[in-house]
Amino acid sequence: MTDQLFVLDGETAPPMANGEIIFEAPWQSRVFGMAQSLSQTGHYQWDEFRAYLIEDIKDWEQQNSAEERGHYPYFDLFLESLTRLLNDKSMVARAEIQSRTSAFAERPHGHDHVHDQGDGHSH
Amino acid sequence: MTDHASPQSIRTEAIESLLIEKDLLTADAVDAVITTYTERVGPMNGAKLVARAWTDPDFKARLLTDATSVVEEYQFEGGQVEKLIVRECTAFDHHVVVCTLCSCYPWAVLGLPPAWYKDPAYRSRIVSEPRQVLAEMGLNLSESTRINVWDSSAEIRYLVLPKRPKGSEALSESELAEMVTRDAMIGVAQVDLP
Repeated sequence: MTDQLFVLDGETAPPMANGEIIFEAPWQSRVFGMAQSLSQTGHYQWDEFRAYLIEDIKDWEQQNSAEERGHYPYFDLFLESLTRLLNDKSMVARAEIQSRTSAFAERPHGHDHVHDQGDGHSH
Repeated sequence: MTDHASPQSIRTEAIESLLIEKDLLTADAVDAVITTYTERVGPMNGAKLVARAWTDPDFKARLLTDATSVVEEYQFEGGQVEKLIVRECTAFDHHVVVCTLCSCYPWAVLGLPPAWYKDPAYRSRIVSEPRQVLAEMGLNLSESTRINVWDSSAEIRYLVLPKRPKGSEALSESELAEMVTRDAMIGVAQVDLP
C-alpha cells in the first residue's frame, strides 16, 4: 500500500473538522506532510514520531493551565517533535536547522519572487 | 497576520530544504501526503456512497447487502475496510456507530476519525444512554424512533446511511453528496438541507 495512513488519534489527534485535518497555515500542512513522508520511506517508524509528539504534548500540558489546554498549539508541538526526532536520528542536526532558519529569516522581502541565479532552484 | 513569514513557517521551510539536500525527502512526496489527507481521503468517499444510494435503488440494495464488495469496486485510497456493513436509517430506526474497545473506524470511507470518537465518555455512554448522548450532540429523535448502536471492531466497520432530507428531490447526486456530513454517517447527526 503506497498511500498508507498513520494513526493520529486520542492525545495525538490534530485539530479536525468533518473528518479532515484543519491546517491553519501552509507550513502546518508541510510539516505534517514531511513527517508522514519520512515515515513512509522508512526513515523512522510512525510510532517513533508519535511517541515524540506525545511527549511534547504532555510537556506542554504540564506547563499550561487547564483553561489554555483547549486550544493548544498542535502544529507548533508537531514541528518541535519533528525537529527533535531528526536531531536524535542524526538525520538533520538541530544546529543545522537553526542556522538555516536564521539564514532564511534574513532574506529580503519578496525573496521568493526573485531568482538572480539560474540554479534551477524553485519554490 | 502580517506579510512576514512566521517563525514556524521559516523553520519548516529550513527543515524541508535540508531534508531535500540530504536526499531524505522530495517536495513531491510531501505534496502527495497533503493531497491524500485533504482531498482524496475524508468523508467525501462515504458521502458519495450515500448520495448514490439515495438516487439509485439497485445500488442501495447492493450497499445494504454487501457494502464490502461495493467499496472494493470503488478502490478508495488511504485505508482498507476489512468488512463494511451499512445500516439504513428510517422513520422508525436510527443507527449510530461506536467502538467500545478502542477507536475502530471506517477510514477508507470516512477519513480520519473525529477526536470525540475515541473519548471514553462517548464510547461508554452512547451504549448506555444513546438518546441522551445524541440529544447532547444536537440530534433529538422522537421517542418512537428506535436507536440501534453498532459496535465496530477490527474486523467489522459500520457506516450509517442517513435519511435523505425532505425537499431534496431536485438535487443531483453530487449536490446531495456535498450535504452528507461525516457525523451523519457515524449516526450522531442527520442530513439537513442547507
